[in-house]
Amino acid sequence: MKYVALVYLQESLINAMTEKEWHDLNQECVGCVEKLTNQGKYQAGEALQPTTDATTIRVRDGETVISDGPFAETKEQLAGFYLLDARDLNEALQLASHIPPARLGSVEVRPVRELPPKDP
Amino acid sequence: MPVPALVDRLYRTHSRRVLATLIRLLGDFELAEESMHDAFAAALQQWPVQGIPVNPTAWLIGTGRHKGIDQIRRRQTASHHIQQQIELAEIPAHAFDDRSVDDDRLRLIFTCCHPSLAMETRLALTLREMCGLTTEQVARGLLQQPATVAQRIVRAKRKIRDAAIPYEVPEGKALAERLHSVLRVVYLVFNEGYSSSEGETVTKVSLTDEAIRLGQLLSSVLPQAEVYGLLALMLLQDSRRAARQCPDGDLITLEQQDRSLWDNRKIQEGLQCLDAAMQLPQPRLYSVQAAIAAEHARAASAAETDWHEIVELYDVLIRLDPSPVIALNRAVAMAMRDGPEVGLTQLAQLAGSLELRHYYLFHAARADLFRRAGQTAAAREAYQQAIALTRQDPERRLLQRRLSGLRE
Repeated sequence: MKYVALVYLQESLINAMTEKEWHDLNQECVGCVEKLTNQGKYQAGEALQPTTDATTIRVRDGETVISDGPFAETKEQLAGFYLLDARDLNEALQLASHIPPARLGSVEVRPVRELPPKDP
Repeated sequence: MPVPALVDRLYRTHSRRVLATLIRLLGDFELAEESMHDAFAAALQQWPVQGIPVNPTAWLIGTGRHKGIDQIRRRQTASHHIQQQIELAEIPAHAFDDRSVDDDRLRLIFTCCHPSLAMETRLALTLREMCGLTTEQVARGLLQQPATVAQRIVRAKRKIRDAAIPYEVPEGKALAERLHSVLRVVYLVFNEGYSSSEGETVTKVSLTDEAIRLGQLLSSVLPQAEVYGLLALMLLQDSRRAARQCPDGDLITLEQQDRSLWDNRKIQEGLQCLDAAMQLPQPRLYSVQAAIAAEHARAASAAETDWHEIVELYDVLIRLDPSPVIALNRAVAMAMRDGPEVGLTQLAQLAGSLELRHYYLFHAARADLFRRAGQTAAAREAYQQAIALTRQDPERRLLQRRLSGLRE
């Protein structure tokens, strides 16, 4: 089973970090990816630039509407994601609990939905 | 016994075991439920002709499994992209032995109480799947709309399937955490039954009885201290069922209950479970609460209650769980041991807690202690605060009686 672990974090927390704290957190994340890769559980993942760099698009009546910022103002913002390969939800939750920002924000675990095969 | 009566009895006593094993063998809640019903229907038809099998439960499981596999084959022919991984070979004999069937019941309750499901969903699913209540009965018991409960159960089954919540009993460190979640659900079921007994006469289903049955099942297959502790707590609390309410529904406090109405059989069973809990490693919250309930059960009259022992147990409890509500109960026990003034001093120290300030029992306790200390004006004010915060009628009437009983 594939699961995406969406990492949410208050950007204000990151902004308040010292350079050293930020560096350490990033190194922890690098270590986490390394460990998951060695376990054969890591398929993909990325960290994201802050929501101030986000642009949201909507297509309405064929027209593309572009606006500044994330699609929803929330208390915690999407900071990155992991694509995990786990046996079941219990394993996915156990793996996700080791993602370092889980201590600071939250990690949402969602099963991946396979799209149906292309119509002939 | 004629076959229809036997099948009916087997359905009541064994359908949950059959279901729990079929879920494992077929890997799908919905399909397992359908196949179980098909198996019971087949028994009604075949047993009068072919005779009653030696092991009826094994027959039902085996037949249910075949019905389920037929169903999967039909679906596969109907639509090509369903890929079900089912072993079509014969099931090994141990699939039916008591041990693996018990394991399946544990798997089922751990799945129903999985922390990734909302608490209300865990309650509904446990009552529906483990206890075999109908959706209607679950709804009445939980004071909810049947449509809401039905939808909740459908969504839960979808999540179990799509998010791949495994059908297993967790092991090692995870077991302790997950067992806690299961016990919480069982105790919530019990408390739902305890606080809403009006529902009982309508549904003929007692959630307190269902919770006790779940506790007995758990203790037989997972004999751990807290499992016995919770069962003891439920039995001891439930032993007072007949004494805690007047026929008109008014509540009677522990102090004023007619102790001859207490159910002695339940008390004895509760005390035995408590002994079992205390002999196992790490008795915690439920066991200590049961020990407190046991002190009340052992006292021949309210006046003979051993408040010294109870305060000591509360001291243990508050170290395990330093919550304001436990601090409140401890203060009341101290007042019983050392007098109302001591209790009032303790309560004054708790008045800063936001949780307690909106909790009617905090004000009711203050009111009772003011009354016993002869401070009528303060008692009146505290009773009024408590009444304003009460949502349930029987509680409100009890407080109202106390308030009007105060001397002018």
